[in-house]
Amino acid sequence: MAKRLDIKDLNLFYGKFHAVENVSLAVPPKNVTAFIGPSGCGKSTVLRSLNRMHEVAPGARVEGKVLLDGEDIYASTVDPVEVRRTIGMVFQRPNPFPTMSIRDNVVAGLRLAGVKDKKKLDEVAERSLRGANLWNEVKDRLDKPGGGLSGGQQQRLCIARAIAVQPDVLLMDEPCSALDPISTLAIEDLITELKKEYTIVIVTHNMQQAARVSDQTAFFNLLGVGQPGQLIEVDDTEKIFSNPGQKATEDYISGRFG
Amino acid sequence: MNDPVVAKRPAGSGDPGAARGVAAAPTASEAPIPPTPEAPETPKAPHVRPGDRIFRGLATGSGVFIVVLIGAIGLFLILQAIPSLGLDQINFLTSREWNTSDPANLRFGILDLLLVTVIVSILALLIAMPIALGIALFLTQYAPRNLARPFAYVVDLLAAVPSIVFGLWGLFVLGPVLYPFSEWLIDTLGWIPIFAKGNVNVQLGGTIFTAGIVVAVMILPIITAVSREVFDRTPRMHIEGAIALGATKWEVVRTTVLPFGKAGYVSASMLGLGRALGETIAVMIILSTTSAAFGWSLFDGGATFASKIALAAPEFNDTRSAGAYIAAGLVLFVLTFVVNAIARSIVAGHKEYE
Repeated sequence: MAKRLDIKDLNLFYGKFHAVENVSLAVPPKNVTAFIGPSGCGKSTVLRSLNRMHEVAPGARVEGKVLLDGEDIYASTVDPVEVRRTIGMVFQRPNPFPTMSIRDNVVAGLRLAGVKDKKKLDEVAERSLRGANLWNEVKDRLDKPGGGLSGGQQQRLCIARAIAVQPDVLLMDEPCSALDPISTLAIEDLITELKKEYTIVIVTHNMQQAARVSDQTAFFNLLGVGQPGQLIEVDDTEKIFSNPGQKATEDYISGRFG
Repeated sequence: MNDPVVAKRPAGSGDPGAARGVAAAPTASEAPIPPTPEAPETPKAPHVRPGDRIFRGLATGSGVFIVVLIGAIGLFLILQAIPSLGLDQINFLTSREWNTSDPANLRFGILDLLLVTVIVSILALLIAMPIALGIALFLTQYAPRNLARPFAYVVDLLAAVPSIVFGLWGLFVLGPVLYPFSEWLIDTLGWIPIFAKGNVNVQLGGTIFTAGIVVAVMILPIITAVSREVFDRTPRMHIEGAIALGATKWEVVRTTVLPFGKAGYVSASMLGLGRALGETIAVMIILSTTSAAFGWSLFDGGATFASKIALAAPEFNDTRSAGAYIAAGLVLFVLTFVVNAIARSIVAGHKEYE
């Protein structure tokens, strides 16, 4: 549980397009790391490479290493399916499986891993939904389709689904960008709680959010259209927002971008 | 005169664009859902433009036309069938006899036609459905993109092969090839009624078995094409959700693609069934006709509604005899309607998942 990630000289490609260049970054355990930067700078691409989702896109390619507690998840002997079972992900738009009930959605990952014991599944469903602060809202309708919930509830359902398998790392790709401010607050509170048990990496366009929830912040930028995105700097969130080391970072967070 | 303007525009808009970028970034960071400013239009008296009116007229006209057309066909069938039905000396729905050679003494019943039609179609469907599912899943989920396209064209091309060609193929190629297998089925599984020795010479291949396989090939493209379209529309975010949970390719298909496409696949199959029920020329060429009654065996011969009517077409000189066949056509018409209605209700039952 809660392992550390070390990204070493990561280069990401979509076909011939060099999307991200030479990223090296350490993500400590039980800690929230935020990725910020303008659109197209490659922060989501980097995030998706951390559980080998990047290579799902046709023509996508990865160079470099991502070490999970010292073990390279891109080693030739590693099965990407196993990587994704230990590094969970929450997406920009809530995506519960529409044909499954709330309970089945939460335990979908366990079922895929081969857990069949109904009692165990029910226990995990309750624990995960409590963990995602959703239990009280859905405990009376666990057998109803997950699609019937509100957007914010659906996103918490997806978080419950991701933590049900007790992942080593939890990746969040702009988890609040499709939500209203109240649901956003609920998710942010939840992230702060989840930090006690999980290593979290979150991509966000919302700098206040990065400042509120993260312990360290990585700023990505791209020098121009068609150029690869780069990691400009990474430091404690407090430092990045009060006294960043790079001019580009300061310009971006103060709104004087470009 | 024009060139400088065109050249100027990008340069001119470039700077404000960058300036907008500055303004946009902080806004996006403060509110996750920025309110979209919409200038409310002052309500005016509804004004319909002529283009709108013409287009609406055309669209409505087309819609009305198809309904009227179907109604007219149904009405034609009913009006033409009623007099002959009145002259029928035996029960139309439950008799197996079909003798219309003497217009003064019409004896016709559709039971055998109905059974043969349904059995051929169901056999075709049972064969075509799993194969079509496999092809559609292969094309949408497994095949590399540059291979999927040409492969899909090939499958679609199958639909363009004329029915008569399928008939000839079934009679001259498939029938003889199937003969040893049919013989083996009859010898080993003959004690099960559907594999019993039939009422026609199995060596000639003119059996329901052969016809069913040929019709299966004929309905394969439609089922495949519609299923492929539906599977292809599985939302990317559901697929990625499954992948991110550590689903293998097959598990992705099972948890997202199949539940999403189930209703579409069922309705595609029903479309195929509709085709199979009405398939005429190929079945007519393949099936050996027989005077013996249908005995529930796949190795029986006989005739389907469509093939029976087509075979008798040269003899439609007496309206009373012709009416008997039109009555049979009416039953086929109703049958396909019922099949389609069932398909619709199945699809409607799964709406919530789409």
